Amino acid sequence: MSAPQWNNKVVKWVDDRLPVISMLHHSAYEYPTPKNLSYMWNFGSLAGFVLVTMILSGIFLVMNYTPHTSMAFESVERIMRDVNYGWLIRYIHMNGASMFFIVVFIHIFRGLYYGSYKAPREMLWWIGILILLAMMATAFMGYVLPWGQMSFWGATVITNLFSAFPIIGDPLVTWLWGGFSVDNPTLNRFFSLHYLMPFVILGLVVLHVWALHSVRSNNPTGVEIKTPKDSIPFHPYYTIKDLYGLGVFLIFFSAFVFFAPDYLGHPDNYIPANPLVTPPHIVPEWYFLPFYAILRSIDFTIFGIPAKLLGVLAMFASIVILFVIPWLDTSKVRSSKFRPVYKWFFWLFVIDTFILGYCGAKAPDDYFLGIPGLKVIVMGQLSTLYYFVHFLVVMPLVGKLERTKPLPASISESVLKEGANA
Amino acid sequence: MSQTVHSSGEHQPDENRRDFLTLATTAVGAVGVGCALLPFVDSMNPSKDVLALASVEVNLANIPVGQAIKVMWRGKPVFIRHRTEREINEAEEVALNELVDPQTDDARVEKKEWLIVVGVCTHLGCIPMGTATGETRGDYDGWYCPCHGSHYDTSGRIRRGPAPLNLVVPEYEFLTDTSVRIG
Repeated sequence: MSAPQWNNKVVKWVDDRLPVISMLHHSAYEYPTPKNLSYMWNFGSLAGFVLVTMILSGIFLVMNYTPHTSMAFESVERIMRDVNYGWLIRYIHMNGASMFFIVVFIHIFRGLYYGSYKAPREMLWWIGILILLAMMATAFMGYVLPWGQMSFWGATVITNLFSAFPIIGDPLVTWLWGGFSVDNPTLNRFFSLHYLMPFVILGLVVLHVWALHSVRSNNPTGVEIKTPKDSIPFHPYYTIKDLYGLGVFLIFFSAFVFFAPDYLGHPDNYIPANPLVTPPHIVPEWYFLPFYAILRSIDFTIFGIPAKLLGVLAMFASIVILFVIPWLDTSKVRSSKFRPVYKWFFWLFVIDTFILGYCGAKAPDDYFLGIPGLKVIVMGQLSTLYYFVHFLVVMPLVGKLERTKPLPASISESVLKEGANA
Repeated sequence: MSQTVHSSGEHQPDENRRDFLTLATTAVGAVGVGCALLPFVDSMNPSKDVLALASVEVNLANIPVGQAIKVMWRGKPVFIRHRTEREINEAEEVALNELVDPQTDDARVEKKEWLIVVGVCTHLGCIPMGTATGETRGDYDGWYCPCHGSHYDTSGRIRRGPAPLNLVVPEYEFLTDTSVRIG
């Protein structure tokens, strides 16, 4: 790929000194993309779009937000009532967080199904997990800022998780709080970090895209690009496809912003924070529910490690384990399309995460789907067990034992064959 | 580099000396960075004004027997309960081996009729119910945490549920018979 020749003199002058235009040209124009990408490949660019939306709407919110315990709640209400279009900007930001997680979760499941974490894409995958972790931290701290009851008690419960660690636990929590409880210093530092983290995410996204462009996109067959016939330039083929997907996504996003802006939140967060009264039912935002269910499902002691610490470790492990799946998956075939056995386990895993989410939303002593005798806590434990069994047992074993279907000789061949069958 | 690869034995000490210098410089640099970071990390610990508000005096004269109040101390509630005879007996009669976090009632109070504990569940920091009249006190007549279902007894000890420890007893001192300083 030689540098393109620029006819425009100004463009050429700039590009000779800083080849930023050539770089963009390589990565957004001529980037050779597999010709068979499905709509499942739309979610990366969608995530990028939501990130930019969040940063922009956030910058405008900050112009009217006051990070102080006595004024935070009211400044948010003022944004909602008095600031011109403040309600719109806040609802975009609030629902944008949920949209970000919807898009990113689909993006991750896509990667899991098509084996996008396998060599040579391990670094790409790792950076993706780091982005997920950074997103979770950002979302958590952002949720504290309106200083409602859920903000306050969510912050209290989550920061208290760190007290589970022996010896360093309590000083660590005091340090996180900057006091002896969640209070003004906590709110201030969360605000500062909430503003910082999106730019950290942006940096990670640059690395993510860089890694992607050096190893190239995976595709539904999982077969690498072998000849120029397998690929098409990114522009106009995928710019237009991404734009179409963006249009569909914006309809979905707008439906929430304009017709159900509070559907994904909790009414309790419209009650100002009160350190003396805990709401009867504390639940995190929906995107944390599966992890919350894993945390809560550990109510027993192993080897003298208390349940509280075990729960915290299990919750962290549920994400950290993603870092090692390039080695836990022993299959030589990337795409589950050609893995008749693993495919079923994949869908079982997807269902499992939904069950975990449901369990996270319910009280532990409730009955699962109202089924008598089946407590939510028990169902949570079973699905937590499968979550880890999937990665630690199913992935290594099925990869070794399964008889995969024959792979197409090339992307081009698979496209032509599917076209002939249609 | 190519010179050192082919170097004879007499150049060996030079190479060691260079490695030593590199390591020593890196180590000093790392210590320097650590020292520079320390003030920033420590700035996130409780500040002096937060620490200055760390004790509070409470007048107990208005709390009738059998009732309890909440006072704020260091940003969290402290429960002060004026215990009845029956509650004191209940707390004292429990066998230690029945307790999750064994502690006698004596070790948790200065005056038997006054139980003073930090009102923060030792599980994940919610405020247990049972202080205000009419709230549920759980199965052991003390407090009940609604978040994850921990039951505390009339001495504030954990009896059932996910909390690992008894409600914390803060430092306190009776100034007179009816007033106490917490912290």
